[in-house]
Amino acid sequence: MNFTSDLFLIYPEIVLTTALIVVVLFDLIFKKSQSWLPVLSLAGILIAFIFVVLQFGTNLPAFEYSTKNNLLSIDNLSTYFKGIILITSFFVVLFSIFSSEVKSCRDRHGEYYSLLLGMMIGMFFLVSSNDLILIYLSMELLSLSSYVLAGFVKNSIRNSEASLKYVIYGSVSSGIMLFGISLLYGLTGTTNLNEINTILRGATTIDITFILSVFMILAGFGFKISVVPFHFWTPDVYEGAPITITAYLSVASKAAGFAVLIRFIKAVFFSGISQGGYWNLFSYFDWQAVLVLISIVTMTLGNFSALWQDNLKRMLAYSSIAHAGYILLGVSVLSDQGITAVLIYFAIYMFMNLGAFLIVMLLANKIGSENIDDYKGLGYSIPFLGTALAIFLVSLIGLPPTAGFIAKLYLFIALVDAKMIVVAIIALLNTVVSLYYYIRVLKNMYLVEDQTKSIHIELKPLSFITILLLVIPVLLFGIYFTPIVDFAKLSIQILGL
Amino acid sequence: MTNFPILSLITFLPILGMIVVLLIPKKQELAIKGLTIIITAIQVVLAVVLLLNYNYSLGGINDIKSFQFIEKFRWIEITGFSWIGKIKIDYFLGVDGLSMPMVLLTAIVTFIASISSWTIDKSVKGYFAMFLLLDTGMMGVFVALDFFLFYVFWELMLLPMYFLIGIWGGPRREYAAIKFFLYTLLGSVLILLVMIGLYFSSMETLADGTRVFTFNMLEMMNPANYTAGGILSPLNPNNLRFIAYIGLFIGFAIKIPMFPFHTWLPDAHVEAPTAISVILAGVLLKMGTYGILRVSYPIFPEITKDLTWYIALFGMINIIYGAFCAMAQKDFKKLIAYSSVSHMGYVLLGMAALNTMGISGAILQMFNHGTITAMLFLIVGVIYDRAHIRDLDSFGGLGRQMPVYTGFVTVAFFAAIGLPGLSGFISEALVFLGSFGNDITRVLAVVSTLGILLGAGYMLWTLQRVFLGPLNEKWASLKDMDFREFAMLVPLSAIVIFLGVYPGPMLKLMNSSVNTMVEFIEKAQSFYQSLGSL
Repeated sequence: MNFTSDLFLIYPEIVLTTALIVVVLFDLIFKKSQSWLPVLSLAGILIAFIFVVLQFGTNLPAFEYSTKNNLLSIDNLSTYFKGIILITSFFVVLFSIFSSEVKSCRDRHGEYYSLLLGMMIGMFFLVSSNDLILIYLSMELLSLSSYVLAGFVKNSIRNSEASLKYVIYGSVSSGIMLFGISLLYGLTGTTNLNEINTILRGATTIDITFILSVFMILAGFGFKISVVPFHFWTPDVYEGAPITITAYLSVASKAAGFAVLIRFIKAVFFSGISQGGYWNLFSYFDWQAVLVLISIVTMTLGNFSALWQDNLKRMLAYSSIAHAGYILLGVSVLSDQGITAVLIYFAIYMFMNLGAFLIVMLLANKIGSENIDDYKGLGYSIPFLGTALAIFLVSLIGLPPTAGFIAKLYLFIALVDAKMIVVAIIALLNTVVSLYYYIRVLKNMYLVEDQTKSIHIELKPLSFITILLLVIPVLLFGIYFTPIVDFAKLSIQILGL
Repeated sequence: MTNFPILSLITFLPILGMIVVLLIPKKQELAIKGLTIIITAIQVVLAVVLLLNYNYSLGGINDIKSFQFIEKFRWIEITGFSWIGKIKIDYFLGVDGLSMPMVLLTAIVTFIASISSWTIDKSVKGYFAMFLLLDTGMMGVFVALDFFLFYVFWELMLLPMYFLIGIWGGPRREYAAIKFFLYTLLGSVLILLVMIGLYFSSMETLADGTRVFTFNMLEMMNPANYTAGGILSPLNPNNLRFIAYIGLFIGFAIKIPMFPFHTWLPDAHVEAPTAISVILAGVLLKMGTYGILRVSYPIFPEITKDLTWYIALFGMINIIYGAFCAMAQKDFKKLIAYSSVSHMGYVLLGMAALNTMGISGAILQMFNHGTITAMLFLIVGVIYDRAHIRDLDSFGGLGRQMPVYTGFVTVAFFAAIGLPGLSGFISEALVFLGSFGNDITRVLAVVSTLGILLGAGYMLWTLQRVFLGPLNEKWASLKDMDFREFAMLVPLSAIVIFLGVYPGPMLKLMNSSVNTMVEFIEKAQSFYQSLGSL
């Protein structure tokens, strides 16, 4: 094992760690100038982003202790997800500048930004780790930082409630996962994904405990991506947490969860590639059926529960559960094409979901509520914000000519090509259901007349630019999506396979 | 003329207009309204230019060489997918005898509707922005020849329509708008699924000899382009073409609207403002039948042939059921809405005949229904603007009070009934001649003639209740039509009378395409059958 020679592969992580230290120290020394903290965080994110961009195309194992026995895999898949995580972080830090919830905690901004950076580091290691121990550690780093952030506004009861619920559900699932890892270690004698794969190749019989242990590990991932039956925390935490953190959890933390899920499935079970690009898995168990079942139940439950929500944040929480279902469907195709669809979906989901949360936050700053009924008649007094929200919601439904349509299109292309027609039909019918609750927001904003409510929101140039930065990709990728597909296509490469 | 992108211009001009409208300050309502009318007027001019340069001898349908005003270039191109090869999507526009009448109809009806929108006084800017966006969507559907592009335009209409009904509509507008949206979206997802299925079943040969999957509708029509493994390929032993056809058909049928998917229509019509009702009945309903003729018929000819009896059956149900419902209505607008259901039934009946006469009749009926129903809704709008009610029983004797208005009403009603000399007669006669000429649909055609009788029944009864008899003193102060209303109804009446007396030009316009289609379906069907017997 050559530690120092592989250091260059984790430059982005080093940059983020440095940024974390700088933020903590700056907060200690210059207690008065807290407004510089987001700037420092943004600088760290941008520098890390440059390194990530430079890293794209690198496919190297890092920290090998024997051949094919590496702790980290720096490959295109992980680099792509790192890019997603950094862009999301960039926007979330910008959101935090406008957020009145974050502002209300005057002297704890240092804590906030350093914890955000802590989450980032956790996610960075999570997306590239190739070893169960490292997966567990980075997942805990991510989770612990996010538990605190979910309850960041201490004097808000629902913040604290969210945090506590998150801790309880999180520790249970990570306990289950750890137990699964220990079982797997007991069976195979290794924690390295590639080595487990090698052992599976040689195995003649398979123990039921193996399947059990895999299920337990999947429970940990399922918690992060909030799929049924590990979704119970999601609505409460999303509703209770500060909206910036909700946005962050719904995009970045989910991206990290999906990245590790994809890597785990492919690295452990992959046995070869069939004609047409489908993966052959060691099929002691029908993993595909499990994934399809979970994703269908997840999207159906998410969509139907969202129908009854009055709180917009809670509704977006259920909608994000539904979207996790769609994305998992892409994984369940178990082909390079399915993964491409997942990557495309994530890039687009990032823009539209962040955008929706941003507008909700800006409105909540002003009217002090996230209740859909309080939106009645608002559309007329805030034409720009209203139009932007309409675009994001239409994109979340998946109607052309917005990018959300392209995301869904590629997902369905993958499904139809894999001859999973019935599944595709169920997913499409789900889209129709989702129309109802997304459009309900627009209905309240535009169709219901309420002359008494006229608000005026002074948009600062920075928030205006942030909205544009999110709206433009949603519209542009809806009409011209070559770049995003091209990029996703290059990013499916997983090291060692 | 050939290189000028006139179809792009006619399609995207409204979007340009929308951008300008959005830049005009909110207070300048006259400028916004004026601009919209000018833009829709330019569309009419462009449509006439298209018509003047149209080559009547070219058939279109499945042969790119006989389409006109073609614009085709690569829109999306992604190379080097190891598993499905290259992805390419074309920007592909063109017209033939099937789409040309629809382009004309869209231009005319939108122009009339923009004049009718003059009375809108609530959030004018938003209304006209949405109106123009809707216009682009409608025009795009009729000129797109790439399935992907077709679908994008198809969906583009949904949101503006939702807002136009939902914001500027009547008391139950929220319910009507969401019902419209949910129904049509349900239809669209079915279309989307079939579109993806077809994409993976047909391959196009590019200039450099490589074969790629294609969204090009014309390539999908060629049986030779299907790959053996494709799910919707006739070569695939367990092919799903029949199920796909049903899905696609339902997707389009919701828009027509065909019984039993019609329930959104009366709600949407009753709540929508007059101009939007005009567009809804005049153009949007035609997209359903246009879609069936453009997509379902030539891509699935063998199944079409098997199902003609059922298509005609649903046509017959639409005709008779719609007529009975119309007869039971007390609300003037709802009555017209149900008469639309009935009249769209003739289109289905004519299409099902699968012969030149029937299909010509169907397309002509689409055009005529567009103009006649536009008139009818404008007529309802005129009376509603004055009396603010639409209850048929509360009127009476308006004939003496508003003679000019009554004159236009008579023209429109008689055209809707199908009186000889007015356009409705020609298309209905052709539909019946066509469907009578086909052994399969003959009995259904005979039963459907009952619809004419019922149509005369409810129309004449309405005429009697509203315009004849003693004048209800309550309405003694109603004024006759003003110039704006006159300007809307005169051109439509002129078209209705002209096509009633001399339908030749319109029939000539579609003739070679209809012949090509009939011939193509005949040939392709035997080809597909020979595949099936292998």
